[in-house]
Amino acid sequence: MAGYLALKEIWRMRGRYILFSSVIALITMLVLFVAALAEGLGAGNREYLQKLNGDLIVYQSNVDLNIGASQLGATVSAEVRRLPGVVAAGPIGFANATLVLPDGRKPLGVALIGVLPGQPGEPPVTTGTGLRNRRDNEAIIDRQVALRTGLRAGDTLTVKSIQGAKEQYYPLKVVGVSDNRQYSLQPSVIVPDRTWDEIRSQAIVGGKPDGEFVANVIAVKVEDPRYSAEVAKAIGSNIRDVVAVDRVTAYEATPGYSAQQSTLNTQKYFALIIGVLVIGGFFQILTLQKVAQIGMLKAIGAPNLTVGLAAIIQIICVTAAGVGMGAAATLLLSLGFPKTIPIVFSADAVLTAILSLLLIGPIGGLVSVRYALKVEPLTALGLAS
Amino acid sequence: MNTSPIALQTIAVSKSYDGGSSVIRAVEQVSIEAKAGEFVALVGPSGSGKTTLLAMLAGLLTPTTGEVMIDGNNLGKMREAERTAFRRQKIGFTFQANNLVPFLTARENVELMLRLNGKLDRAGQARAADLLDRLGLGDRMNNLPRQLSGGQQQRVAIARALIHDPSVVLADEPTASLDTQRAFQVVATFADMIHEQNRAGIMVTHDLRLCRYVDRVIQMQDGVLVRNVDEEAEISAMANGSGHFDIPSIGLLDARLGAPNLVGV
Repeated sequence: MAGYLALKEIWRMRGRYILFSSVIALITMLVLFVAALAEGLGAGNREYLQKLNGDLIVYQSNVDLNIGASQLGATVSAEVRRLPGVVAAGPIGFANATLVLPDGRKPLGVALIGVLPGQPGEPPVTTGTGLRNRRDNEAIIDRQVALRTGLRAGDTLTVKSIQGAKEQYYPLKVVGVSDNRQYSLQPSVIVPDRTWDEIRSQAIVGGKPDGEFVANVIAVKVEDPRYSAEVAKAIGSNIRDVVAVDRVTAYEATPGYSAQQSTLNTQKYFALIIGVLVIGGFFQILTLQKVAQIGMLKAIGAPNLTVGLAAIIQIICVTAAGVGMGAAATLLLSLGFPKTIPIVFSADAVLTAILSLLLIGPIGGLVSVRYALKVEPLTALGLAS
Repeated sequence: MNTSPIALQTIAVSKSYDGGSSVIRAVEQVSIEAKAGEFVALVGPSGSGKTTLLAMLAGLLTPTTGEVMIDGNNLGKMREAERTAFRRQKIGFTFQANNLVPFLTARENVELMLRLNGKLDRAGQARAADLLDRLGLGDRMNNLPRQLSGGQQQRVAIARALIHDPSVVLADEPTASLDTQRAFQVVATFADMIHEQNRAGIMVTHDLRLCRYVDRVIQMQDGVLVRNVDEEAEISAMANGSGHFDIPSIGLLDARLGAPNLVGV
């Protein structure tokens, strides 16, 4: 009976319900896009570290896990590698550089990442081959670089960096393309450590680079990931002035990452709160308009349960339709977005957002259901107790 | 003389409200009854307590004192849920306004009572269609209320009030929003149905002219029953006098009905 009344009303008054479902659809789109933006920007910041083929990341101990500030000498990797439980350790250096593109195209800023070939830090390639020697003028580019520049394995790219006050150009052969490995919101070019040391911008002392290769961090692969916490502790206690943390701790400590995520999450939660208020307000107005009708139904013998259930079914249907429309519209719109826009619809984030949106309908509509339950049948006679 | 069993009875019912510094007595010591097949008009000026009495007859209000019996069942001894169930099974209702569910067609509105009682089957659907047809709405069954005139809507409400074989049919000012001609048509139809289906009918109205269609007139004033008229000639005289309780004044009405006096039923 409740379903009959609820669905008949939705169908016969569909103009008003479609309008309201459209409002919910717009809120859904807002929530999904903010969630996707948070995911996209978050991924752009943490992707390289998150996907790193290592279980621990070693930093200089007194830099509060700031990768840029961490400086680890060449001997540290060897010391880490000698510790029990460690399978491999790869030093990684991070720098910024610019890719010079032909045909007058705008140069592309990239994260220039130096890794020890074959060691943790070098990403697996989806096409081409991996890096071979520490001094080869070769590079792996991530999918984002490939998408934005059109470069493929076998092509040659040109990296511009500033050495002292001069611009220097370094041609590198693209040997492979990896999946997305952005770091600090920049697409990545991964090069052998010695090559990286040569290319990265640095001050010139007496016409020569100012020092030996210094990594920012070291990626460590442990024998049994279940004991990675013990290995991290061993690294900290056996090697002076270093600290080892897991990948999640590492990327959450990336400068700006937490602030950015909390800002976007706040926006998302606000959109959900707005959704609760909008849905609550709509159904409350609708219920107020229907007081006489509800009173009449109760007067002729409709149980309170029927009235309440009908209201709940309507709320669920309208919310589900709105969320469905919004999700479909978001999907369609996102298909037209350039791949360079940092919007990522991960299954987890989308599912969480959709479930939250489906929940806000009943939550928002609770007040109106309570109001409908309190309407007295006496109102049908123009009386109230 | 109607020898049918009593379908509806109030035994000295009163309803009073706390009005702050004083007690408001909406209905006081009213005893009435209606037999199956009897159509009764409950008349009186605004504030006379007739709608409050109707609400108590329907089990929507609990009397402060006294009892309401329908088909031998004491409404005061039922729990709220039982009264609601009793209402949908044993009572038919039409109201002054907002009678119909706006998003259901005329036919669906009539069938609603059967649905509520879990008794909507093919026979019930056919009965609803037949009832509407007999009320002159055979070609408007699939119209929504907003596509029907006020008179047509009231006729749909009458069909809904009768479809589930109630013992008692209650009507609150069923013609308040209708012009004179339509009001007469609606009440005449209502009376025919009450008599034909052997229900007890109580109609609250301001309009004395409608009394020509009823078997008995109960007049209330200031919460008390002041007159109970069942003589045909006397009812006709009331109906043929000038119209409303509120227009003209109570004084004129009282002059027409004679001096108020408490009448037991």
